Amino acid sequence: MTTDDDAPLLRVEGLGKHYGRRLGCAGVSFDLHPGEVLAVVGESGSGKSTLLSLIAGEVPADAGRVRFRLRDGRLADLTELSEADRRALMRTDWGFVRQDATRGLRMGVSAGGNIGERLMGVGWRHYGEIRSSALDWLRKVEIGADRIDDHPGSFSGGMRQRLQIARNLVTGPRLLLMDEPTSGLDVSVQARLLDLIRGLVAELGLAVVIVTHDLAVARLLSHRVMVMRAGRVIETGLTDRVLDDPAEPYTQLLVASVLAA
Amino acid sequence: MTPRVRVPETGYNFAYLDEATKRMIRRALLKAVAIPGYQVPFAAREMPMPYGWGTGGVQVTAAILGRNDVLKVIDQGSDDTTNAVSIRAFFARTAGVAVTTRTRDATVIQTRHRIPEAPLAEGQVLVYQVPIPEPLRFLEPRETETRQLHALAEYGPMHVKLYEDIARHGHIATTYAYPVEVAGRYVMDPSPTPKFDNPKMDDCPALQLFGAGREKRIYAVPPYTRVRSLDFEDHPFRVQHFDRPCALCGAGDVYLDEVLTDDAGGRMFVCSDTDHCEARREAGHRGEGA
Repeated sequence: MTTDDDAPLLRVEGLGKHYGRRLGCAGVSFDLHPGEVLAVVGESGSGKSTLLSLIAGEVPADAGRVRFRLRDGRLADLTELSEADRRALMRTDWGFVRQDATRGLRMGVSAGGNIGERLMGVGWRHYGEIRSSALDWLRKVEIGADRIDDHPGSFSGGMRQRLQIARNLVTGPRLLLMDEPTSGLDVSVQARLLDLIRGLVAELGLAVVIVTHDLAVARLLSHRVMVMRAGRVIETGLTDRVLDDPAEPYTQLLVASVLAA
Repeated sequence: MTPRVRVPETGYNFAYLDEATKRMIRRALLKAVAIPGYQVPFAAREMPMPYGWGTGGVQVTAAILGRNDVLKVIDQGSDDTTNAVSIRAFFARTAGVAVTTRTRDATVIQTRHRIPEAPLAEGQVLVYQVPIPEPLRFLEPRETETRQLHALAEYGPMHVKLYEDIARHGHIATTYAYPVEVAGRYVMDPSPTPKFDNPKMDDCPALQLFGAGREKRIYAVPPYTRVRSLDFEDHPFRVQHFDRPCALCGAGDVYLDEVLTDDAGGRMFVCSDTDHCEARREAGHRGEGA
């Protein structure tokens, strides 16, 4: 995880959100460096997914700000970017892999079209090139080339997640947000998907924020862990440190409650 | 206010719509002309005909019609189908304007599905009846989102539809409502005209107005505006080609309709534009079926 550039890629400062009187999350701050994988763990309702939506700008934050280092080196506040620039950034430099693949994919469009959409969005107008790029990405995420014209509806859960990953990575983003990408998949499929994600992240030097309730996922993928409870970060640190030697009673409980296989 | 005009049918305002409504529609039309290809919302009224029969086109026509206008109405290129006859009769009765079937003589042409074969001229207005004005609807059902996509000119998803066509059929199989980019900015649905007619929209001397009654949208292409059909570099836009000429008038460069002639598989291909076909036959052209 060494980089010669000490500047963070993503800087989150004091991010907070209330849904009416109910707390979504509050006071979340962290830096994410290029190539770094941060896992956000916690039980259901702890504010993990809210945090991810806030970072992606899908839900407006009540407090705090998110800054991202643009390709020109400038650390830009996302709320100060124009809507056009922000969306262009999301389409090219960011990826968002969702828990529910039907929300992250266009279910009425073939696998090739799903992968090609971002390319067409950034101005690709050559069918043959879009097609070969889609084939290339299907291979990288271990989906057979013969499935390129099939709709995601005919894909298994694991394949849909892999297709989502390909769709997001095709424009070579630098930051990938993932919301419970492996939940709802059976264990062997999970293992294969995690393997794939780990390989791609290392190969492409992606910075990743992954939200999960599964400590095994955090252990396998992440360099750092942030533990959330009731909307607040209660513990943060290197993955091995937090999971092997948790300081907070709640984290100790989380770690202790993992079922031994 | 101009004095009330005597019209054949009493009890209605000139061209059916009240003046306040016409003014509202004209405002929308002005905005539409000022921003070519942009869909302007307007408060479409209930018309004395069902949705899908051209309520949007009828309202636009009613708003622009003057006493000296000459109206032509076509449906699928034909002047004598139910829809065309009804709308023509509607304005003949409520506005008392002259009607014609000749493209050249008309000042206002209301159309469903076709652009006349005879070239349009300056001073003419073509009014399209539009069922679904939103070209992005195929990919994005949310109106809030499609408006955003238009505002930011995010038209990548539009190409996804064309990509899907090529992936499935080996070529761009969209044959009607083929999306166009207007004046280098807005992507527009040219209504369900066959893509054969798309090139006629480009740099057209006539004013083109589009009215969608159910969806309450008006848009426009001013005269001499660039209208480009979307495509891929390696799959360029092409119009349909017919392997035979019109059976009645022998025209080879027109859009043809297939007409069944008996119940034993007999069929003939004839001009979809009936006025164009008649004019050619009057001029002495004959096809092999005539």
